[in-house]
Amino acid sequence: MLDLKRIPVSALIGLFLTALFLFAALFAPWIAPYGNGEIVGDVWGPISATHLLGTDNLGRDLLSRMIYGARITIFIAVAATALSFILGSVLGFTAAVVGGWLDQTMSRFVDLLMSIPTLIFALVVLSVLPSTLVTLILVMGILDATRVYRLARAVAVDINVMDFVEAAKLRGEGRSWIIFREILPNALSPLVAELGLRFIFAVLFLSALSFLGLGVQPPNADWGGMVKENKDGIVFGIPAALIPAGAIALLAISVNLVADWVLNRTSDLKGGRGNG
Amino acid sequence: MGSTLILRLIAQRLALGVLLLFAVSVLIFAGTQILPGDVAQSILGQAATPQALENLRRDLGLNDPAYIRYFRWLGGVLTGDFGTALSNGRDIADALGGRLKNTLFLAACAAVISVPLAILLGLLAVRYRNGVIDKAISGFALASTSLPEFFIGYLLILFFAVELQWFPASSTVFDTMSFGARIQAIALPAITLTLVVLAHMMRMTRAAILNVMQSAYIETAELKGLSAFEIIRNHAMPNAVAPIVNVVMLNLAYLIVGVVVVEVIFVYPGMGQYLVDHVSKRDVPVVQAVGLIFAAVYIGLNMIADIVAILANPRLRHPK
Repeated sequence: MLDLKRIPVSALIGLFLTALFLFAALFAPWIAPYGNGEIVGDVWGPISATHLLGTDNLGRDLLSRMIYGARITIFIAVAATALSFILGSVLGFTAAVVGGWLDQTMSRFVDLLMSIPTLIFALVVLSVLPSTLVTLILVMGILDATRVYRLARAVAVDINVMDFVEAAKLRGEGRSWIIFREILPNALSPLVAELGLRFIFAVLFLSALSFLGLGVQPPNADWGGMVKENKDGIVFGIPAALIPAGAIALLAISVNLVADWVLNRTSDLKGGRGNG
Repeated sequence: MGSTLILRLIAQRLALGVLLLFAVSVLIFAGTQILPGDVAQSILGQAATPQALENLRRDLGLNDPAYIRYFRWLGGVLTGDFGTALSNGRDIADALGGRLKNTLFLAACAAVISVPLAILLGLLAVRYRNGVIDKAISGFALASTSLPEFFIGYLLILFFAVELQWFPASSTVFDTMSFGARIQAIALPAITLTLVVLAHMMRMTRAAILNVMQSAYIETAELKGLSAFEIIRNHAMPNAVAPIVNVVMLNLAYLIVGVVVVEVIFVYPGMGQYLVDHVSKRDVPVVQAVGLIFAAVYIGLNMIADIVAILANPRLRHPK
């Protein structure tokens, strides 16, 4: 069914680059030429045959840091996106099916959360929470779940009045059957279309937090953290910070290209795009 | 008849905005109360004796239940008293004044460049729809929504501040600075912010105008033989004003958030930089105050967008 020749060039590029980043993330310890924290050369050494991207602010191999950074960046972004989808869609479906005061309470609370800029609220919460990986994933996942909730609820409200759902209700099926066996399979495609965009948002959000020094803590570093580590070199004309920054942009663009293609492939999904 | 309806809608929207702001203040206050540890612990550190902790808690009023502390905080905020910073004991309201002005100045400069530019480019994209210009604008929009602020920011620093030395790499501003020098200092951060919001604003403007262009009266105008620009100016624009203003306001709200990262990139003495510094110092009173101000500006801009949409809607102005 999926004809390789009919995939547009832009989507092919996107798929290729996304796969490359995923490969780097999965097999980081095997493909990185040096260790993550290993000091192997001068501070901000130039690009050479032994250090393909040069060295960073402490003399660590930048290519190796980038590969390990891909692992941390993609892991946290995937975990946060998964959390936001599970939380957002289950709550959204429940709100649509149960309705009444439960729906009202949850929807107004989501409105309230969304009336504060995500980054600002994340900063407020991170000022008291410990800076750990789990905190970071929870904060990112829960804040992003508000957007998935809105989409899931909107889709489920439409499905909930369809004949087959009515039939299931008359059969006497319970709420969890209605949610997971009737609504979920039918709501899956608009949600999947949203998945790529939420992932990009998670990558950019994590990078911003780490860049501000409130995300992944040293000695580990995601790409945003690496920009922070190397930013002081910029004023001396050393572009080391631009490499992780560019990688973030490249990952976001590649996933965007793939998401666009998936979105266009089934035209009835068009218009289901959120922004955020 | 029509004006009373509009007034009632606007009053409702204002009341909703105020209500929302109160709810947000509760949320921000609650968000900093999640952990069992308290302010006294973070001032004195782990080695503090229980007696010292107890004394400080009594002095700061931390033994009162959370809702009493909330109302005390809210009362202070409403009278312009944000309390004192834990990290240096200075009055928060004093420190905020100048920084708020700096941030608003930077955001305003970015808005002055980006809004007309976005609308112009949006119009061009519609005028030459599916042509080279439209494709180029769409491609640029896709790229720039994926670029993190710091990528654009450091690229600009590397090129314009380090290579060409046209602008300073860090945007230091002080009160006695002349207007020209101030503009030069904030040129790079303003351009960065512009590039960040431009694409989104442009794309939404294009969509808003295209939506209007598909109406029947536009087709009539076309059949009358009007030129494309006349159609856009006389028929499409008046109807597209409301959605465009909405787009602009939403993006200005986004600008307020983007400012946080941009200020850190350019070491600009504004609210964002102040917030980030004090989040890492775990200085809760400062974070609460700055968080609330950012949220208030954000809610305020969204409210203005709604009110303008009400005012610009011809169906509400001339009800049957």
